[in-house]
Amino acid sequence: MSAQTDKRQPYLRPIRGWWKRDPYYIHYLAMEATSILIALYALILLFGLLRLGQGEAAFNGWLEALQNPLSVALHGLLLLVFAYHSYSWFKIMPKTLPAIYWRGAKLPQPVITQIGVAAAVVLNLLVIVVLTGIQS
Amino acid sequence: MTDGNKIIEMEVLRYRPEQDQEPFYQSYEVPFADDWSVLQGLRYIKDDLDSSLSFRWSCRMAICGSCGMMINGVPKLGCRTFLRNYYPGKLRVDALEHFPIERDLVVVVDDFMNKLAQIKPYLIPKQVRRLEQGEYLQTPQQLEHYRQFSTCINCMLCYAACPQYGMNSGFTGPGILALMHRYNVDSRDGGREERMELGHADEGVWGCTAVAYCSEVCPKEVDPANAINQNKMGSAIDYFLRFIRPRGATE
Repeated sequence: MSAQTDKRQPYLRPIRGWWKRDPYYIHYLAMEATSILIALYALILLFGLLRLGQGEAAFNGWLEALQNPLSVALHGLLLLVFAYHSYSWFKIMPKTLPAIYWRGAKLPQPVITQIGVAAAVVLNLLVIVVLTGIQS
Repeated sequence: MTDGNKIIEMEVLRYRPEQDQEPFYQSYEVPFADDWSVLQGLRYIKDDLDSSLSFRWSCRMAICGSCGMMINGVPKLGCRTFLRNYYPGKLRVDALEHFPIERDLVVVVDDFMNKLAQIKPYLIPKQVRRLEQGEYLQTPQQLEHYRQFSTCINCMLCYAACPQYGMNSGFTGPGILALMHRYNVDSRDGGREERMELGHADEGVWGCTAVAYCSEVCPKEVDPANAINQNKMGSAIDYFLRFIRPRGATE
């Protein structure tokens, strides 16, 4: 080792607290955190399926539990979480796709996101219409 | 020359390994003109205020990729960021995040250079043509497949933006994986299989969790997050094809 390299002493800065450095990272973590609540809601639905298998009384009990004000409040919160999750999902979608060409020009990434969000809104409205139709 | 009317405070991260235990900020009052870049501000400091300050630069026109630094916490090229945009506030300049600091704003780039060599960033022709057979031809459409990814200037801003690289420097990282993609999708190239040994690994495309900040900070609109994430599909297909393809068979 030469005298010059002896003086090298590279300093590595700690990574701790990296997510506080930039709002971009906070959005990223918020996007990842919504997945946890979505998994939680999947469990609620699976539990409903389990109760359905146990008979009508059990299933009605589960439905009744869902009417609880706490449960209604949770559903309100989860709706917001789902909306943000869907938006963030479609926001990242163009990053996962090869370039799409439409009439010779590259489709801009925000357009791909908008198409995804629009499709999600239309499909959700369709489900609501069909479900209300079945109930009435 | 400056018009002498405006003075901006620049806080610059200093680290002199022979005398400092850890980095600290040193403040400088820099007179500037409206067309001054942050790099010009640093050169003013070095020429007129404090000759001991170290930083890398070369072309002053956003093509050499040498002057990447954190400017108010955001990875940017010093030469294409203007002091006027931070005036009358102050400006904080740090060495690129996630790299060890060699001295002041100079970081150790050995890891980046080693990884760059690993992905074989050159054409590996499908069929080698002899001189008399002429050049390798390509249509404009075939060029379009990789053109965007070929504009990388190796400035490493994307590495400073990538928390995955910051937490685990084993990850190949955005810029180099984008270059890997650039060669893989070149119609003249036949080296995908060789390169994807690294691409398929945990240190390759699967080390990315789609934070996508790399694409935001890229000064050349390479969009490394796109290059990496579209490869996850190909990587997954390759993985499952192994089970149905006879041993030793090629595509």
